[in-house]
Amino acid sequence: MSPAIERAGASPAPKKPVQKRERRERRSTSLLAHGEPFVWLAGGAMATCLFMILGLLALIVYQGGATFWPSDVPTIALRNGLAVAGEVNATESYRPEAGAYTRLPEGARAQAQAYVARQDGESERRMVRVGNYEYTGVHYQWVSDFEIASTQLDPWMTVIERLARGTASGRFYGVPVAYEFDGKVQAEGSAAAWAAFVAEHPRSVARHERAEELSTHEVGAVNAQLEASRLEVRAVELREGTDTPAHLAAKRVGVERDRVLEQRFLEIGQQIAALRAENAKHLLVLETADGTRAKMQLADIVRAYQPNGLSALGKLRVYLSRWWEFLTGEPREANSEGGVWPAIFGTVVMTLLMSLAVVPFGVLAALYLREYAKPGFLVSTVRIAVNNLAGVPSIVFGVFGLGFFCYIFGASIDELLYAERLPNPTFGKGGVLWASLTLALLTLPVVIVATEEALAAVPGSMREGSYACGATKWQTIQRIVLPRAMPGIMTGMILAIARGAGEVAPLMLVGAVKIAPELAVDGTFPFLHPERSFMHLGFHIYDLGFQSPNSEAAKPMVYTTTLMLILLIVLLNVAAIYVRNRLRRRYTAGPI
Amino acid sequence: MTTNATEHIGQPNEKAGGVFEKIARSEAFRSEVHESVFKDDAVLEIKNFRLWYGQKQALHSISMPVPRGKVTALIGPSGCGKSTLLRSVNRLNDLVDSVRIEGDMALNGDSIYDAGVDVIELRKRIGMVFQKPNPFPMSIYENVVYSLRIDGERDKRVLDEVCEKSLRGASLWDEVKDRLQESALAMSGGQQQRLCIARAIAAEPEVLLLDEPCSALDPIATGRIEDLIEELKGSYSVLIVTHNMQQASRASDYCAFMYLGRLIEYGATDTIFLAPRLRETEDYVTGRFG
Ligand SMILES: Nc1ncnc2c1ncn2[C@@H]1O[C@H](COP(=O)(O)OP(=O)(O)OP(=O)(O)O)[C@@H](O)[C@H]1O
Ligand SMILES: [Mg+2]
Repeated sequence: MSPAIERAGASPAPKKPVQKRERRERRSTSLLAHGEPFVWLAGGAMATCLFMILGLLALIVYQGGATFWPSDVPTIALRNGLAVAGEVNATESYRPEAGAYTRLPEGARAQAQAYVARQDGESERRMVRVGNYEYTGVHYQWVSDFEIASTQLDPWMTVIERLARGTASGRFYGVPVAYEFDGKVQAEGSAAAWAAFVAEHPRSVARHERAEELSTHEVGAVNAQLEASRLEVRAVELREGTDTPAHLAAKRVGVERDRVLEQRFLEIGQQIAALRAENAKHLLVLETADGTRAKMQLADIVRAYQPNGLSALGKLRVYLSRWWEFLTGEPREANSEGGVWPAIFGTVVMTLLMSLAVVPFGVLAALYLREYAKPGFLVSTVRIAVNNLAGVPSIVFGVFGLGFFCYIFGASIDELLYAERLPNPTFGKGGVLWASLTLALLTLPVVIVATEEALAAVPGSMREGSYACGATKWQTIQRIVLPRAMPGIMTGMILAIARGAGEVAPLMLVGAVKIAPELAVDGTFPFLHPERSFMHLGFHIYDLGFQSPNSEAAKPMVYTTTLMLILLIVLLNVAAIYVRNRLRRRYTAGPI
Repeated sequence: MTTNATEHIGQPNEKAGGVFEKIARSEAFRSEVHESVFKDDAVLEIKNFRLWYGQKQALHSISMPVPRGKVTALIGPSGCGKSTLLRSVNRLNDLVDSVRIEGDMALNGDSIYDAGVDVIELRKRIGMVFQKPNPFPMSIYENVVYSLRIDGERDKRVLDEVCEKSLRGASLWDEVKDRLQESALAMSGGQQQRLCIARAIAAEPEVLLLDEPCSALDPIATGRIEDLIEELKGSYSVLIVTHNMQQASRASDYCAFMYLGRLIEYGATDTIFLAPRLRETEDYVTGRFG
C-alpha cells in the first residue's frame, strides 16, 4: 500500500488529552458581561433621537395644520372707550410696567393697578390681529386684561381677506352695513348688504381675473412680439452692419409691424380699463369695531366670512378653501397670504431635473470606478475625494454653480445663441437648470457611493453565468449588473432627493427667487424654460420667516410651508421607494 | 489520435501504484489514458495544458480528448482542479487576473488559446452550468433566450420556439409554461438549475460543461437532472464534474480521475469503476481514499 493511502486509511494515533485553560473564579457574571446597561444606553439614545424628531414633526404638523382654521373674532371694548376686533393669535402673561396704565382713563387706573397687584404683579395679555391697516397703522396689537371693559362675539363680524390696494393691506375686520352700486345705496342693513355681496361677488372676481389675464398674458404676448420684432431688427444689424440697406429695410418693416402691435396694445388697455371701471362701481360698506366706515371694492375681496356665526361645517369649508388656495394659488401680500403653488412646482421641477442629471452621471462614474478602473492608488484617491465632496458646505457648491454654470457656461451659451438679447442675460444668470445642476453636483457623492455598493453586491456567479453565455462585458453590465443593482441605485437616488430637495443655501445664488413671474414649465413654446428663475419651498420658508415686512402675519405660513416641503419630500421618497420595491421584487426575489 | 496519448498504449501496469509518491516527489509521471477513449471522434482536445494561479500551479500537463456525443465525467478529491479545468475550456479563467496558462485546447479542431481567438464567439459555442444555480434577474423566458438576445435576435417566433425547445430539453416546460414572464428568481433551486441547463442548451453549444450541477439539489431533483443528462447524450457532448461516484458511474460514458492538478486515469466509465488500471483510482472510486 502506498504511504499516501496508508496515511489516509490508518486509524488515528491516540490523542493527547487537551490541556484546558484554568478558569478564573468569579462569584457572579460581571455587569459588563450581561450587557443590559448597554441595551439601556442604546435604547435611551434611540429614544432621545426619536423624541426630538417626533417633537419637531408634531410642532410643524400642529402649527401648520391649525393655521388655516378660522378662529372667532371677538369685539373687545377697551376701558379708554376704543374698541378693537380681530383674531387672537397668542396669549401670554407678563409684568406690566408703570407706563402701561397711561393708556387708561384716569378713573380706571387705580382699579387696574389693584387688579394686577392681586395677581402678584402679573397680567395676561393677548395679541390681537386687528388688521384694518389703512386706519390703525398696525396689523397686530397687544391687549392686556386690565384694559378690557367687555368682550362680545358679534355674529355679523366679518373677516375679509383682500388684495392690497394702496395702504389698504392685510386682513380687514368689520360688520357689513350697506351695499352700494354706482354711488347709490342698494341695500342697507347687514343681512341685505351681505346677500347683495354674495350675489355679486363671483361676477366681480371673474371680471377681475379677466382683467388680470389681459394685462399679464395678452399684454405679455404683445410685448413678446414687440421684443421679437426689435430682436429681428437687431439681428439684421448685427449680421449686416448698422445702417446698411438691409438694416434700414428691416427697420422700416419693424416700424410698420410695431404700429399694428401698438394698436393692439391700446385696445387691450381699453378693455382692461372698462372691466376695472365696472368693478369700481360695486362697493361693500363695512363698519369697523371703532365705528369707522370703509368702502371696499368687491373685486378686492378674496374671501369673506363671519366666523362667530359659523357652524363647524362652515368653518371646515373655509379651512379647506384656504388649503386649496394655499396649494394651488399664487402668493400675494408679499408672500404672507395666498398659495405656494409656484414654489411647490419649482421644487418638484428642480428636484426632477436634479435627479435626471445626477443619476446617470453618478451611475456612470460608479460603473467606471467599480467595473472598469483597475483598483489601485488612483482609484482609492478618487473614491476618497468623492466621499469628501459630500462634506463640502453647500454654499460652496452655490458659489461654484454661480461662477461655473451661470457666468462661464451660461454666458457662453448666451454669446453663441442669444447674442441679440445681450446685455440682458438669458442663460447667464441663475435659473432652474443651473440650480438643478448645482444640486446634482452636491448630491453626486451620495449616488456614487450607493451605486458602487449596489454594484459590488451583484453576485459574481451571475456575471460569470452571463460571460459563459458569450456576453461581452458591456452586455453583462447592461443586462445583468445594472438591473440587479437598480434597487440600490434607487436608494442612492432617494437619498439624493431627500438631500437635494431640502437644500436652500446654494439655491439663493443660482436661481431661487422670492417671486417668479412665470413657471419653468408652461404653455408657451418650448414649454420647458430651464433658464427661468424659480420659487422653491425651502427658500420660501427663509423668505417668509426672515424677509417679510409683516413677519407676524407670515409666521403661520412658515409652518404650513415647512409642512408642505416635508410632505413633498416624503411624497417624492414614497414614489421612489415604491418603484424600488417593485424592482427589488423583480430582481432579487426568490428562495435562498 | 494524438501521439502524446498513444505512447501509453501497450504499457499495461496491472494495478500499478506509486503514482501519488511520484507526484509528492515532483517526479514526471504519465497519465493512464485508456485506448478506448480514442475510439470516438473528439469534440474537444486538451493538449498538454498547464495553468497557474499566481505562483501556484493548479493544472499539470493535462492531455485528454473529450469524445463527441458522450458524457465524460471528471472526478477527484476537492481542490484537485476539476473546476479549473472546466473553466479553462470556455476561458472563464481569463477573468481571474492572476491566471497564467501554457499549452492549448482545441474545440472541433479550432484552437481555444490562440492569440487571435475571439473569446466571445468561443463562449457561444460552449455552454456551462455552475455548481450553484445562477439564474439572471429577469423573467424565465428572458433567461432562456439570453444567449439569443445578446446576439441581437429580435424575431419573436424564433425566440418562442427556442424557449420552448430548450425548456422541454431541460424537462422544465410543463412546470413553467404558464409563468414564463415571472421572475426566474422565484423558482425552487432544482427548477433554477434546470433553467440554467435550458439556458445553456438554448445556444446549441458544441460542448456542455456541467460543474457539479446537482450538489445543491435534493435526490429527486438530482434524479431528474441525471435523466436529463441521459437525454442530452447523443445530441450534446457533455463534460461533467461530480463528487458523486454513483452519479458518475450511472450517467457517464467516460470518466477521468484527477488528483492534485494531474490527470491520473482516464477511460470508459465501466472500466474505471470495475477494472481500473491504477490502485489509486480503484481506492478513490470505491471510497477507500480520502
Ligand atoms: N481564483 C483562484 N485563485 C487562486 N487559486 C485558486 C483559485 N481558484 C481555485 N484555486 C486553487 O486551484 C486549485 C483547484 O481548484 P478547483 O476549484 O479547480 O478545485 P475543484 O477540483 O473544483 O474542487 P471542488 O471539488 O472542491 O470544487 C485549488 O487548490 C484552489 O485553491
Ligand atoms: Mg469545483
